[in-house]
Amino acid sequence: MKNRYDVLVVGGGPAGALAARTAAEAGLSACLVEKRPAIGTPVRCAEGIGKELLKDFIEPDERWIAADIRRARIIAPSGDTIKLEQHQAGNEVGYVIDRKVFDRELVWRAAEAGSDVFVKTRAVAPIMENGAVKGARLLACGQPVDVRADVVVAADGVESKFARWAGLDTTVPLGDMMSCAQYLMTDIPIDAESTDFYLGRDIAPEGYLWVFPKGDRTANVGIGISGRQSRDGSRARHYLDRFVAENFPDGKVIEHIVGGVSVCKPLPCTVADGLMIAGDAARVVDPITGGGIFNAMFTGRMAGQVASECISAGDCSAGALMKYDEAWRVSRMGKTIERNYKVKDYFVTLDDAKLNTLAASLANIDMKEFKVSTLIMELIKRNPKMLMELRALKNSLA
Amino acid sequence: MLTINRDICGYCGCCVAVCPEGALELIDAYLSLEGDCISCGICARACPLGALEVVHEE
Ligand SMILES: Cc1cc2nc3c(=O)[nH]c(=O)nc-3n(C[C@H](O)[C@H](O)[C@H](O)COP(=O)(O)OP(=O)(O)OC[C@H]3O[C@@H](n4cnc5c(N)ncnc54)[C@H](O)[C@@H]3O)c2cc1C
Ligand code: SF4
Ligand code: SF4
Repeated sequence: MKNRYDVLVVGGGPAGALAARTAAEAGLSACLVEKRPAIGTPVRCAEGIGKELLKDFIEPDERWIAADIRRARIIAPSGDTIKLEQHQAGNEVGYVIDRKVFDRELVWRAAEAGSDVFVKTRAVAPIMENGAVKGARLLACGQPVDVRADVVVAADGVESKFARWAGLDTTVPLGDMMSCAQYLMTDIPIDAESTDFYLGRDIAPEGYLWVFPKGDRTANVGIGISGRQSRDGSRARHYLDRFVAENFPDGKVIEHIVGGVSVCKPLPCTVADGLMIAGDAARVVDPITGGGIFNAMFTGRMAGQVASECISAGDCSAGALMKYDEAWRVSRMGKTIERNYKVKDYFVTLDDAKLNTLAASLANIDMKEFKVSTLIMELIKRNPKMLMELRALKNSLA
Repeated sequence: MLTINRDICGYCGCCVAVCPEGALELIDAYLSLEGDCISCGICARACPLGALEVVHEE
C-alpha cells in the first residue's frame, strides 16, 4: 500500500468498485479498501436487478446470473394477483444474480483497470486538515496506516460511518429504515421465472415480502418491514418465519441473511471538501423497491468521473465536487428516487382493505409498459372512491 | 445500557445506520459499541433479529 493516492475508495461493494474502476480507467492512482476479509460476503441482498440497468456496467455472464426472470407478480392481502409480463415490467423484471460472484467480478474489474485493492482493511477516521478530508486512517489487518488522497469516496454502505466522521449527519430515520430478514431456501415449490411480491399489514407492515428465484426449487425468500413497525415479538424475522411455515414448511434454509435498507430521502448533500459519498452511504436506494445495486454502480461511476475531472483541474473543494451531487440529482435515477419517495409515503398509509381494492381494480390491466405515472392514472380511473387521495398523490408528483 | 447478544446478531449494520449518536460500529462480523450511547433504544427497534436491548439499571 502506498501512502498517497489520487483517489481512496472506502468500501468494496458495487459503489466502491465502480468508483475505483472509473478513477483508474481515467489514469488516476486509485486504492479501494474493504473491511471484510472477502468481497461480497456475507450477502445482504435479494439480488434482483433489471437487465437494462446492468447493461451499462457489465455484460451478462452466466457465472453470476442465478435466474432469468420473465414476469413479476404482486400479491394483495386478498390473494388477488397483479401479473406483469416482461414487456410491461421493464426494469422491475430481470435477473436474480449471485452477489458473491458479481461483487467480486466488479472489484476484479477495478483491479484490472489498475486500482489497488486491500481487504480486511478498515477506514477508522478521516484525515482532516482545515475542515477538508485529506485521506484516511486505516487499520490494515490491524496495523494502523495513514493514506492521503486528493479525494476520498465514501462507499461504505448502509452502515456508513465515514461521512459522519467528516461531519455530515447520515442517520436514517427509524421509519425510513427497512428492517430485513431473508432465507436462501431450497427444495421449495416456486415459479422459477417469476419474482413475487406479497403485500399486506399482516404479511409485511409498511414493506413487502419477496420470493426471488435462484433456480428451479431455490429462492431468496425475504422480507422488509419499516423500522417503525419492528418491535419485540414482531420483527422482520418473525414475519418471515410465519410466511415460511405457512408456504414452504418443507423447505431447507441454506443461508440466513439480515440487513437494513434505507428508503429515506438521499443525503441533502453528498460532497464535502475532498469527500464524495456514493451508493447506500449516500442513501440513494429506490424508496419503493429497495433496489440499490444499480444506484450504487451509477453513483460510484459518476463519483469516479467527477473526481478525475476535479483532480486534473486541481480543485477538489466541495464547490468543485458539487458537480457530482448535481448530476445524479437531475439524472433519471435522482428523479425516480424523489418521486418514489412520495409514492412510498402514500402507499405505506394504506390498510389492507384499500390495498385489496386497488389490486382488484388492476386485475386485468394491460399496460404496454409499466410506469409509476401510468399506474397512478389507471388507479385514479378505476377507483372513483379513492379519487381524492389518489389525485393528491398525483399532484404531489407533478 | 445497551446489551448486544452476539449469538443473535447477524452483523448487518441496520442498527448502525439508525443510531442518532453514531455510537455503533460494525467491524466485519463484530458489532461494537464505540461511542457514547444515550440508551434511546432506536437501534433495538430496528434490529431484524432482536439482538439488542437497552437495560435500565435501577
Ligand atoms: C435484504 C436486502 C435485500 C436487498 N435486495 C436488493 C435487490 O433485490 N436489488 C437491489 O438492487 N438492491 C437490493 N438491496 C440493496 C443493495 O444490497 C444495496 O443497495 C447495495 O449493496 C449498495 O451497494 P454499496 O456499494 O453502496 O454498498 P455495499 O454493497 O453495502 O458495500 C459497502 C461496503 O463497504 C464496506 N465498508 C463499510 N465500512 C467500511 C470501512 N469503514 N472501511 C472499509 N470498508 C467498509 C462494507 O463492508 C461493504 O462491503 C437489498 C438490501 C438488503 C439489505
Ligand atoms: S441490526 Fe441487529 S443483526 Fe444487524 S448488526 Fe445490528 S444488532 Fe446485529
Ligand atoms: S440506544 Fe440509541 S444511542 Fe445507544 S447505540 Fe442504540 S441507537 Fe445509538
